[in-house]
Amino acid sequence: MVELTIDGIKTSVPEGTTVLEAAREMGIIIPALCYHPGLTPYGACRVCIVEVVKGSQSLLEASCTLPVAQGQTIITSSAKVSQARKVIIELLLAACPNSKTLQDLAASMGVNRVRFKIKDKNCILCGLCVRYCKEQMQSGGIGFVGRGTSRRVATAFGETPEECRNCNGCEWICPVCERACMAGSLTDGVCGRCLNLAPVETCPVCTHCSEAVGSSGHRVY
Amino acid sequence: MKRLRSATELEGFRQEILAARDPNKPCVTICSGTGCHAYSCERVSQAFTKELKSRGLQGEVDVRRTGCHGYCERGTIVVIFPEEICYLRVQPEDVPEIIATTLIEKKLVDRLLYQDEEGQKIVHEGEIPFYKHQERTVFGSNRFIDPRSIEDYLAVGGYSALAKALCSMQPEEIIGEIKRSGLRGRGGGGFPTGMKWESCRNAPSPAGVRYIICNADEGDPGAYMDRSLLEGNPHSIIEGMIIGACAIESHHGYVYVRHEYPLAVENLGIALEQAREYGLLGEDILGSGFDFDIKISRGGGAFICGESTALMASLEGRIGEPRAKHIHTVINGLHGRPTNLNNVETWANVPLIINHGADWYSQIGTANSKGTKIFSLVGRINNTGLVEVPMGITLREIIFDIGGGIPEGRKFKAVQTGGPSGGCIPESLVDLPVDFDRLVEAGSMMGSGGMIVMDETTCMVDLAKYFVKFLTEESCGKCVPCREGLDRMLDILTDITEGQGKPSDIELLEELGDVIRGTSLCALGSTAPNPVLSTIKYFRDEYEAHVNEKRCPAGVCKALITFSIDEEKCTGCGVCIKSCPQMAISGEKKKLHTIDQEKCIACGLCRDACKFEAVIVS
Repeated sequence: MVELTIDGIKTSVPEGTTVLEAAREMGIIIPALCYHPGLTPYGACRVCIVEVVKGSQSLLEASCTLPVAQGQTIITSSAKVSQARKVIIELLLAACPNSKTLQDLAASMGVNRVRFKIKDKNCILCGLCVRYCKEQMQSGGIGFVGRGTSRRVATAFGETPEECRNCNGCEWICPVCERACMAGSLTDGVCGRCLNLAPVETCPVCTHCSEAVGSSGHRVY
Repeated sequence: MKRLRSATELEGFRQEILAARDPNKPCVTICSGTGCHAYSCERVSQAFTKELKSRGLQGEVDVRRTGCHGYCERGTIVVIFPEEICYLRVQPEDVPEIIATTLIEKKLVDRLLYQDEEGQKIVHEGEIPFYKHQERTVFGSNRFIDPRSIEDYLAVGGYSALAKALCSMQPEEIIGEIKRSGLRGRGGGGFPTGMKWESCRNAPSPAGVRYIICNADEGDPGAYMDRSLLEGNPHSIIEGMIIGACAIESHHGYVYVRHEYPLAVENLGIALEQAREYGLLGEDILGSGFDFDIKISRGGGAFICGESTALMASLEGRIGEPRAKHIHTVINGLHGRPTNLNNVETWANVPLIINHGADWYSQIGTANSKGTKIFSLVGRINNTGLVEVPMGITLREIIFDIGGGIPEGRKFKAVQTGGPSGGCIPESLVDLPVDFDRLVEAGSMMGSGGMIVMDETTCMVDLAKYFVKFLTEESCGKCVPCREGLDRMLDILTDITEGQGKPSDIELLEELGDVIRGTSLCALGSTAPNPVLSTIKYFRDEYEAHVNEKRCPAGVCKALITFSIDEEKCTGCGVCIKSCPQMAISGEKKKLHTIDQEKCIACGLCRDACKFEAVIVS
């Protein structure tokens, strides 16, 4: 067991646990977009950053890939952390303004405008779909193509690969297209009000069929 | 070819090579580095061979094509031994004269010698100011060696450090020596090499598999020191890697080299083959029972693959993107095994330390940065080239004493160190000693050793935009701050240079820069804002002039400048009219010309063409 302090509270967790898991175990909320308990940590969205205190200095680290260490001191919601998270959310919104998940996250953190140019790509490249396809479906039908700003999720040569079993898992796990923000127009990149209050229709007893949810909701069986 | 089975046999073979060479026999060495290739060194060396043959001198004079000499500004460089007469800017047409005058009559060809500011001719390479202030311990052998001849490397004492390490030192002793020497990684991070080796050696590994990697994925704009070492002296890197492998007990090595470096790949391949033939690589090296071999892996040209974890991913055949390094590569690296990765220059330092000892090495340099460093001195500088200097030398010495200052008497403005993610150091800090820690304090970094000099005609906002654009394209795109953050940073900088900047933009750039620096996944992202943050720090007035006054003080940003013709200076020669691609200039002969601002695209060709400096930028 490894002992560490998160937000002033001492805890002890098994070795190999990540800081994000340890904090969530304690009930501390750390937002995360590219993290999923069933998939390998990836560390791409950087929304889950926390402050790691080392003596008089502190560093920002993504908690989803940071393994716990003996005697570690973590602060999950300092001014430094929330300031950085806000800018990251702004950047994410600038790349994907129509995501309800992102708009909600922005609202909860007090981001009330996006100061950057909006370039709607409708994808935050969190890699959940790519990892889901590879790790949970043992398929590998989709992957990343290109680098830098031309990076995107695609199938090989743009064709439907043989590996794809049409499971729709990629769509199901997507934090962006799961629920589209229904706001007709955005002011400064944020919707400012939530028009999509209606709960998404789901089956009375969820069977985890992996069927796509999409903005129109689940097909109820 | 004979296989060398012991250190004694190696020494014997070296003596044989030296005995067969007459030190007084004339030898023409021709620099064949990449820079001199561009100056047609190939034709120069062919001309020498042909001319010597036609005069029946081919047996009496040796012709040797060596690696890069460093003084790329004055290529092709020809040095004639044993007198060490150095001729600069040699063209194929000069060859008959050199042979007739210097080799036969034993006289000098004055016009090809270096001439200093007072008109004095300098004969010997080492006395030229460019070389005089350098300390060429790593790079110095380049000029004596044909990179394709292992005999040449052995003749200058090559592989003696390997024999010493293999036959008379324990692995722990080798690591101890490297640790005591204070050698720090030359690739950018500056991590102590000895500590890295020790961690790798002590890391647990199933079946004891450990890997050694040489990082030759040098991709900084304007930097070519690793390239020149690989091209000019590949055996020194191979020797360093074998010593490292012996200390870490690794049996598999890789050199990850850019595919864009064809000469480096070719010369390294030949060197590896030769080392194998002589039993210096492969099984049972020098009869010690130690096995080690090196494979070449060619990179596809992604800048990010210079980052250690991205490089290893690429080597495994995956997408070259970095991972979080909470577990270091010395514990979990290539194929999940302990892996020791060092840069080309770091490996080239290793044989020197083993040969001369840690005490000798640690005398060079400053308290925390030992040894020498090769810089590629480029940009607005008189003596473009590769310079090797001891750590702790000031920027002033590098730029003015070695580099010869700024061309055309213009004023020095700033120097960008450490490649695209380095920072700009302004003229006020020109007396800053160059070492790992002092550069970081100044907001820049050592990086792999690029040094781009800028003069008063460089716009710092435009420069920051150039580097951010490079990094935006070269970011792997995995993490948000680097991919999206740099892209938005580029948008803001583009707006500023196009006169669309808002007063809040400078603060926004600083805020965004801090977040990118603090939250990016790898070192590419966390250092990427350096060019922007350092130029804002030292040249804030230029940013403010762009944003508030819509003015580019250096006269570079096209949207903010206008070209006009000075009434007094214009002679009406008509040269500018011919140079203008837009046909925006009109005027009769010997009368004042005028520029039509509607048609002008601010390309600057008229300014370059005018001999009377009559084109004014405002």
